[in-house]
Formats: sequence, C-alpha cells, structure tokens
Amino acid sequence: MLLVPCPWCGPRDEVEFAYGGQAGIAYPADPDALSDEAWADYLFMRDNPKGPFAERWCHTSGCRRWFDLVRDTATSVFVGDGTPEVG
Amino acid sequence: MRYWRSAEPKRSYDVVVVGGGGHGLATAYYLARNHDVTSVCVVEKGWLGGGNTARNTTIIRSNYLWDESAAIYEHSLKLWESLEEDLGFDLKFSQRGVLNLAHDQGDVRSSLRRVNANLLNDVDAEWLTPAEVAAFCPIVNVAPDVRYPVLGATLQRRGGIARHDRVAWGFATAADRLGIDIVEHAEVTGFVRGPGGRVQGVETTRGTIAAGSVALVAAGHTSVLASMVGLRLPLQSHPLQALVSVLLEPVLGCVVMSNAVHVYVSQADKGELVMGAGIDPYNAYTQRGSFHVIEHQLASALELFPVFTHAKLLRTWGGIVDVCPDASPIIGTTPIDGLYLNCGWGTGGFKATPGSGWVLAETIAKGEPAELAAPFALERFTSGALIDEHGAAAVAH
Repeated sequence: MLLVPCPWCGPRDEVEFAYGGQAGIAYPADPDALSDEAWADYLFMRDNPKGPFAERWCHTSGCRRWFDLVRDTATSVFVGDGTPEVG
Repeated sequence: MRYWRSAEPKRSYDVVVVGGGGHGLATAYYLARNHDVTSVCVVEKGWLGGGNTARNTTIIRSNYLWDESAAIYEHSLKLWESLEEDLGFDLKFSQRGVLNLAHDQGDVRSSLRRVNANLLNDVDAEWLTPAEVAAFCPIVNVAPDVRYPVLGATLQRRGGIARHDRVAWGFATAADRLGIDIVEHAEVTGFVRGPGGRVQGVETTRGTIAAGSVALVAAGHTSVLASMVGLRLPLQSHPLQALVSVLLEPVLGCVVMSNAVHVYVSQADKGELVMGAGIDPYNAYTQRGSFHVIEHQLASALELFPVFTHAKLLRTWGGIVDVCPDASPIIGTTPIDGLYLNCGWGTGGFKATPGSGWVLAETIAKGEPAELAAPFALERFTSGALIDEHGAAAVAH
C-alpha cells in the first residue's frame, strides 16, 4: 500500500485517498470553439510516462482536499522536494 | 527440445512486430499464414510471453454487449475452438463454461440485456437462477443473507480457459515454422523515421532493424513506445494483480466471475486456484500492486466460496495493463505512416489473442483497417463512436 504524503495531514495510507489521474488538465477556456481533435485531446488523451508523473489525489477519508504530487511510476515512490504543488 | 529458433535480427524486414506476447506472436503467425507475409520479425525486450501473457488469469469468452465487440471476440473464440489443431500444439484449451454473477437488480438487468444482445449476435448465452447457479457450480454460496447475494448469473458454455504459456509457445512455434524471426532480449529504444515522418524501422538494444511496417503490440508499455514518436494515446497503465493457491484436488469445474466484488476464479489443470483482482487505481509500471487490493479480493472470494477458507495462498503478482477510457482495444493505423497499433486491451486481452492477431495481420497486410478492426480505430476518440464495454469487461477499469 502506498503511503501518500497529504500536504495537510501528513503521510497516510493509500486507502484514505481517491486517485485523480494526470495533474494540470485544465477545462477548455472556450469550449464552444474546440475542434473534435481538441475535445478528444482534452477528454481522452493523457500522458502515461514510465517515470516521474504529476498526478492528482484527493484525501477523501481525511481532509477531503485535492492536491498534486509527483510520483515515479516505475517505482511508485513519491518524488520531489516534499512541498507538493497545491492544486 | 527447442520450440523456436533463437534468431539473430536481420537488417531489414517487411514487418517488425514490437512485443513478443500472445498478441504480437499471433499477429506474426497470421501475417505468414493468411497473407504470405513471411519477412517478419518479432522483437521482445524480455523473454517470450513473459509479460501479461504469463500474468493473466487465462479466461476466454465472447459475451460482450455491443455488436462490434461481439464480432471480434466471437471471431477470436471460434479461432480458439480450432487453434490447437491449427498450431499443432496442445494449449490445454478447456470450454468449461464461464459464469458471470449478478448481485443486485442493476446487475440482473444488465446481465439479461447482455444475454439477449449475445443471442442476437449468435453468441451462446444463458441466464441462470440462483438454484441453477448452485446446480452448475455447487461450491458457490447462493445464500440470500450475505453481503453480495447471488441473484443469478449469465453462462457462456463455450467459454473457458487455456494454458497461457503454451499459447505464446504455440504461436511462436508455428510462426517460426513459417520462417518468422523471433528476437528476444531486444528492447526498442527508438524509431527510424523517413520522409514525412514515416516509420521505417526500430532502434533496439540488438541493433537497428529496418521495416516496411512497424506494429506496436506492447500492452502496458505501448504509451512508452508511442511517446518516442510523439504519439499521445488515450491509455493509462495500471498494475492488475492476480494470485494462485497451492495445488488442490478438483473442486471448481467452471470459471466464475463477479463484476461487483472483483472475483474471477478458475482451477487450472494442475490444481491451483487462479484468481484475479481489480486494477490498482494509480498509474504504475511496477508489475506489483498494493496488498489491500488482494485482501479485498480475497474477502469477497471467501464469502462467495466458503470452501476456499481451507486453501493456502501460494503467490501473488501483477501485470501492467493498458486501460482505455471505453474498456475496448485500439487496433489499426495511426497518424504516422508505417506505424500500426494493437493495444488498450486493458484487463481482458488474453481471450482475444488469436482474433487480435488475425485482424492486425489483415490490417497490416492490406494497409487499411480489417473489417472487424475498423470500429476499434484510434479515430473513435475524435469521432465519439466509443464502444463502452465497462459492463462486459467484468474487471473495473
């Protein structure tokens, strides 16, 4: 089980969290102007690296806040300077 | 004895298939068998059939909901039914029947809908009442007072299991016999690009190999390869865990699956119970997952099969599955000339091994999507014509 470093509650068991996938996927600024290709990109296309991956977590059974972390998907070890970017 | 030659890579082939699992080997075999394309090389970064082919729970069935899926999975099941004869190889293929349990009224309704859809597509399907479930598989607990009572089940009698390693070995042996080179321990590190960005070969740890066409059939690592040519895919790679018990006397004569509680189990011919769990929620390439997923799976399994409390766990492992948003695969051409894809089979690709290879071989040989593959093109994510099989996939994505 992963030990997820919640920026507000500290390291907690993975079962307390919901996973939110890739971080930084912004809702389109002007959805009406989006082409089909751009919609496909927004809705379905995602980075899937073997290595560092910025991702979203929600501490559903704790503080219930969303935040971003970077984790190495080749090892499942959280990386970075310990001050995760708060999204 | 050796089943296939340990080939040295030549400088050039008509087709290079990246990935020496069941799907890649089947693709190579059917290129030669059906289309007389024998200048084919399968490159595999590890050993043959050592990825998901050797890590799955070997369940074979074709009871999917939509017409497009029924067509390709049923084509695959029909191939399974004559595959041992075709390959000249014992695959331990056993059509012992697959039960998909329903635990609430929503399950019951979607199961009945799927039975009817299957029958319309000439896919064998039956609905069993709880008493009929108990008669077909006596060790299933059909008591009404459990957390997830069994309210019925679908049964596909032609479904079953096969020995996964032997499927890889069988396709490799038959492909080798037709002159195809199988190159193990050759990891693809880049692609050779030509005019207009066309893919003209692969760079590997065993040298550069030129190719007229390159097919990526690398399951959970397909995104990693595609990123080398700047191709972004709607795939996320997750660990999917499975486990086996110690060897037992015959106790379970069919395959039992349950969407709701993430149990799918059969008893292999050697005697071990083979069980699978749901995917771990996070992206990872670790080939192992979190133990609480196994714990959750076993808790459900013990309620469904009280007799399993006597069984000892032998080992657990994980494979890396390439999960697609609509729980259907991606097969076909790409925006990059010379590059083909066969990926996104997620948690359920083993059953499709022969059918998947058949349609990808046809697609490569013709240079355009095979009829059975066309609905599964990458373009569906732009057109919106998704093939949502989350219900029939039976393992939550």
